[in-house]
Amino acid sequence: MSFEKFVFYVFAAVLVFSAIMVITRRNPVHSVLFLVLAFFNAAGLWMLLEAEFLAITLVLVYVGAVMVLFLFVVMMLDIEIAELRASFIKYMPIGVLIGLLMIVELLLVVGPEHFGLDKYAAPAKHAADYSNTKEMGEMLYTNYLYPFEIAAVILLVAIVAAISLTLRRRPETRYQDPASQVVVKKKDRLKIVKMEAEE
Amino acid sequence: MISLTEYLIVAAILFSLSVIGIFLNRKNLILLLMCIELMLLAVNINFVAFSAYLGDITGQVFVFFILTVAAAEAAIGLAILVVLFRNRRTINVQDLDTLKG
Repeated sequence: MSFEKFVFYVFAAVLVFSAIMVITRRNPVHSVLFLVLAFFNAAGLWMLLEAEFLAITLVLVYVGAVMVLFLFVVMMLDIEIAELRASFIKYMPIGVLIGLLMIVELLLVVGPEHFGLDKYAAPAKHAADYSNTKEMGEMLYTNYLYPFEIAAVILLVAIVAAISLTLRRRPETRYQDPASQVVVKKKDRLKIVKMEAEE
Repeated sequence: MISLTEYLIVAAILFSLSVIGIFLNRKNLILLLMCIELMLLAVNINFVAFSAYLGDITGQVFVFFILTVAAAEAAIGLAILVVLFRNRRTINVQDLDTLKG
């Protein structure tokens, strides 16, 4: 077994293990943390496939932003776990049955007889000066320029939607009103009282 | 040498696990969102593996777009979740029956 294959099996095993942990943990915080582990291992697999740009993107964008967002929300909400877990055992048999069925069916389709090394030879390793990022950039900014800009608009829409959904004005909170602060004159604030000087 | 089928099998197992997860945690909205993320990851592994073995960078470009859309989806989904929790004090899917006649 070559070293590359060993690395692949380590990443794949930890990936599957952390996926199992994600769906079975009682505490949602643990689930999120195991999902982070799953993303890290998927990034490792992509690194083996020489998709360096996407591997780094997965770690930076997914682990760094999306999963942190998940963690924020999970920790912010005060969730009643026991009630949510009530049907866990009840649906275990049917869930596992359907899952196993899916795995068997998918293995029939993607098994070694269709996608083995004799059908799809392992790709030649790129030279040391090959840049996956450059290759992707050339593709993104030429053939896929229009979809790329649409992706940017989708992100903008997501920003606006997320903020406008969660923004709320509490009536009891006091806000500054800069416009009325600016137009204030001296006579509005200052009152001079004439009085006799006292000894 | 690692063959294409091994990557596909890992992705298939991951996908099936997330389907099982949707069955098991069918009341917990956050876990459902996380299972969807896991599913998207499995699909992305397929895309990257085919892209590498067919020598076509287009697959990776599509993974890039999927990541973009998935990030937007997660952000909006969590925003809806927060608003929901604020209004109903629960994220149990079965309590969301306001529209039921």
